[in-house]
Amino acid sequence: MKIKGLWWKLLTIVLLLYTLLGGLVMDVPRLVILNETVRNLYFHVPMWFGMVIMLGVSVYYSIRYLKEPLTKFDNNAVEFANAGILFGILGMVSGMIWAKFTWGAYWSGDPKQNAAAVGLLIYFAYAILRGVFEDEQQRGRISAVYNIFAYAAFIPLIYVLPRLTDSLHPGNGGNPGFNAYDLDSKLRMVFYPAVIAWTMLGVWIVNLRVRFRVIQAANTEKMLEKNSSY
Amino acid sequence: MYKFIKILLLSFALSFSFAETSMAQEKQKITEQDYANNEIEMADTMRSNGKIYIVVATIISLFAGIVVYLVMLDKKIGALEKNILDDSI
Repeated sequence: MKIKGLWWKLLTIVLLLYTLLGGLVMDVPRLVILNETVRNLYFHVPMWFGMVIMLGVSVYYSIRYLKEPLTKFDNNAVEFANAGILFGILGMVSGMIWAKFTWGAYWSGDPKQNAAAVGLLIYFAYAILRGVFEDEQQRGRISAVYNIFAYAAFIPLIYVLPRLTDSLHPGNGGNPGFNAYDLDSKLRMVFYPAVIAWTMLGVWIVNLRVRFRVIQAANTEKMLEKNSSY
Repeated sequence: MYKFIKILLLSFALSFSFAETSMAQEKQKITEQDYANNEIEMADTMRSNGKIYIVVATIISLFAGIVVYLVMLDKKIGALEKNILDDSI
């Protein structure tokens, strides 16, 4: 049995292996408060990068769907959004664990934490909204429009607003922990491959789920045909 | 597929440029001294007695399990695609 898109799936596995090995054993700077948790950079941060990338691709498919209402665009839009939401939840959980041991609490009402939580709620609403409609076209169109607006609200929420105020997160205001440091080339050597690797894992999951949807639809159609022939 | 890769690359480029600009705020450089600063506690004991590699081995085996599972799932879906989609045409 051949696997579809074998080459990029293999590449995903290789990059993830590199991320895990490099992320766990390669040299990291010895920094106050952070200690070994600096390695979370290769696991927590790529969740958010991956999420933003996948939600962006989801918006791309939503726009394609509005231009030309084909089921395959809707399938891709919803599954990329789902994978993005999954990565968002994982990013949230991993971030809370990291925060507990570096900032002192799971949740400190940090602007970026709050904004990310609001952003995720916006996307939960997307998932709920989809469940409301019976009609496929209507579901596709309305959720595509919602998806575009959700992204437009989400990006300023997590990228812009937290930078306008003091936040514990890097690049926003003053705090201990990571904020004060610039990523150096040694950290980047694992960090960038890690972002690509985790995102590609998400894409693989999307690939499986979209194919599953296609099979499911074909199957339902077959059943309907069978029933109507009696 | 190629269109898809193009989108992916584009979005990488976009998000990295985001990351670069955000990192351009006043920051301390991480220096060689930070790598040699022995006053900061790290997992040195784990490393000196080699046990960090046991953790690495554990995580790699977990990962191997997940990969095997994903590959099997991929194959199963591939087989279903063949069955259902091919004879419906």
